[in-house]
Amino acid sequence: MSTLVCIKRVVDSSSEVVLTEDGQGVDGRYAGFTMSAHEECAVELAVQIGDGPTVMTLGDADAVEQLRAALAVGCTAAVHVVADAQTFGPADVAREIAGVVRDRSHDLVLLGNDAADSGDFQVGIRLAYELGWPVVNGVTNVSVADGVVTASGAGPDGHETYRVPLPAVVTVLEGGVEPRYPTVPGRMKAKKVPIEERQPTAAPAGPARVRLLLPPPAPSNVQILGKGADAAPAVVDLFEQLGVLAR
Amino acid sequence: MILTLVETTPAGEAIEVSREALTFARSLAAEGGGVPVDAVVVGTPSPELVATLASYGVREVHALTGEAFDAFSGAAWAAGILAVRGSSVVVMAAGTPRGNEVMAHVAARAGVAMAANVLSFSGLSPFVVTRQVVGGSALEEMRLSDRPAVFTVAGHAVEAVPAETPGAATVVEQTPEIAAADLVARVVSAEEPEPDLSGSLKSARVVVGAGRGAGSSDGFADLLELTSLLDASLGVSRVVTSLGWRPHHEQVGQTGSRISPDLYIPCGISGAIQHWAGCSTAKNILAINTDPDAPMVTKATYAVIGDLHEVVPAINEEIRRRRSGS
Ligand SMILES: Cc1cc2nc3c(=O)[nH]c(=O)nc-3n(C[C@H](O)[C@H](O)[C@H](O)COP(=O)(O)OP(=O)(O)OC[C@H]3O[C@@H](n4cnc5c(N)ncnc54)[C@H](O)[C@@H]3O)c2cc1C
Ligand SMILES: Nc1ncnc2c1ncn2[C@@H]1O[C@H](COP(=O)(O)O)[C@@H](O)[C@H]1O
Repeated sequence: MSTLVCIKRVVDSSSEVVLTEDGQGVDGRYAGFTMSAHEECAVELAVQIGDGPTVMTLGDADAVEQLRAALAVGCTAAVHVVADAQTFGPADVAREIAGVVRDRSHDLVLLGNDAADSGDFQVGIRLAYELGWPVVNGVTNVSVADGVVTASGAGPDGHETYRVPLPAVVTVLEGGVEPRYPTVPGRMKAKKVPIEERQPTAAPAGPARVRLLLPPPAPSNVQILGKGADAAPAVVDLFEQLGVLAR
Repeated sequence: MILTLVETTPAGEAIEVSREALTFARSLAAEGGGVPVDAVVVGTPSPELVATLASYGVREVHALTGEAFDAFSGAAWAAGILAVRGSSVVVMAAGTPRGNEVMAHVAARAGVAMAANVLSFSGLSPFVVTRQVVGGSALEEMRLSDRPAVFTVAGHAVEAVPAETPGAATVVEQTPEIAAADLVARVVSAEEPEPDLSGSLKSARVVVGAGRGAGSSDGFADLLELTSLLDASLGVSRVVTSLGWRPHHEQVGQTGSRISPDLYIPCGISGAIQHWAGCSTAKNILAINTDPDAPMVTKATYAVIGDLHEVVPAINEEIRRRRSGS
């Protein structure tokens, strides 16, 4: 078998989000870039599956940083479809991933359940239809034995388990495995792995985006009752005033 | 017509976010000059479910039945929905994991776009929706020019409100032929789901909230004491449940419970938009946070700036002192 894991370079959104001037994307110049937590877990699962997985991304030249991060924790090959990810819609990305899968004869593809920036919740599923393969969605644990993928995660029916024969697509949610930290030798090795560059197979139809906006900041009317432990009497006064202090 | 997937609890009731999606569908239908709203459910609906759907203005209930629907498969559900779709111009669901998954299948099969986690729409031609992106830190306006327009409604983006005039909710059972390929990826076993323990949280008059600021699974003692002193319920952020510090049924927010207590006391919770979605209807909010600029603090009615591990024990102490009358 041969595993491919798909990651996306996204702006680190833990700090304040700034939009690009044209409103078509998030400006990462201040916040920096990362890959989504779901994809870190997908990479970890791919490494645990243990067949020396390939990592791929569709992104600009800088996305090499995320490919190297995945190589440093155990991926053994990398494919870079060089393109501006913001101009690709989910169907475009799925088609490009399918091209990589066919050319390199992968039979298991792991993706994140949803990308941390565009949050489309669909590239993995569209990829499955491109390839004509089954897709298991939103799982936290994945293992492979005798050509069968066992995948499980929490769902409305309880802890749900799927069993599908290869080839298959699986989309991963964070929470089932702890992504490992790269070791120094891991990082050194990652620097030497050649990255296969590809051009997109077709011009993108593009996302259906009109523009991005920031939610308007809510006006603040907060009344500060105090700082630290000294605020306790004022807090309990408030409880009494609101009548929530059960006797 | 507008076709809405309605998900049900293990007891067979429509989940709250699906009722919200039906409410959204009705406002869309009204804007479109009174197009009918139909529902799709999986399995034979109980009389209670049919009554609920009627109260939400549903015209027809398409019930997908047969062996293919005994266990969940995203592909099979989507095939079923497309089989009963008829002339629907919109196919939609709540933005749950199942809802997003099934709508992505529907969109891929129909060769149309899909918008996840929609908050509102602004015009029908062109049909433009606004949805949450970047974990809710930004919004995206998206043009859905394909028909059917396929999307999901973000949890608690609208309030679930029954219709002024009920619908007929005529049940039409359908057993569409499902291809074997669509049943390959299906749930083969499921452990008993956690019973829904969120009832007391949803109805509590006072909720004490805890987020990443609690620090660890051992960091809840003072918060739990405050909870009991106030005869309150504990509610937590997703970080707390993802890290396994507290069970999921205590989660407040878009993918947890929506609460409307008289007083909500979020401690060490930043106030991310998905959390806010679950607590914005609280009458009073008292935020306890080290960061005076945290969104939860700026949106709150009252706030204490400080370390919850100092502030909460001091509050507990003060309550005990006043109770003992000293
Ligand atoms: C599709 C989707 C659905 C989601 N659904 C939900 C949901 O239903 N519910 C939900 O909660 N989240 C949800 N989230 C996650 C949400 O975006 C945030 O990541 C999460 O709410 C943050 O949790 P937090 O406030 O505990 O942690 P953080 O954002 O890390 O905030 C911690 C806060 O604690 C403060 N703090 C730290 N230490 C202390 C201390 N000692 N004393 C006092 N204050 C302290 C900090 O100043 C900070 O404000 C969802 C996200 C996505 C993408
Ligand atoms: N540009 C990209 N390059 C590689 N993988 C991607 C890209 N965009 C999305 N993906 C994968 O598809 C998953 C779901 O993305 P989305 O459907 O956009 O929310 C992500 O978690 C990634 O694993």
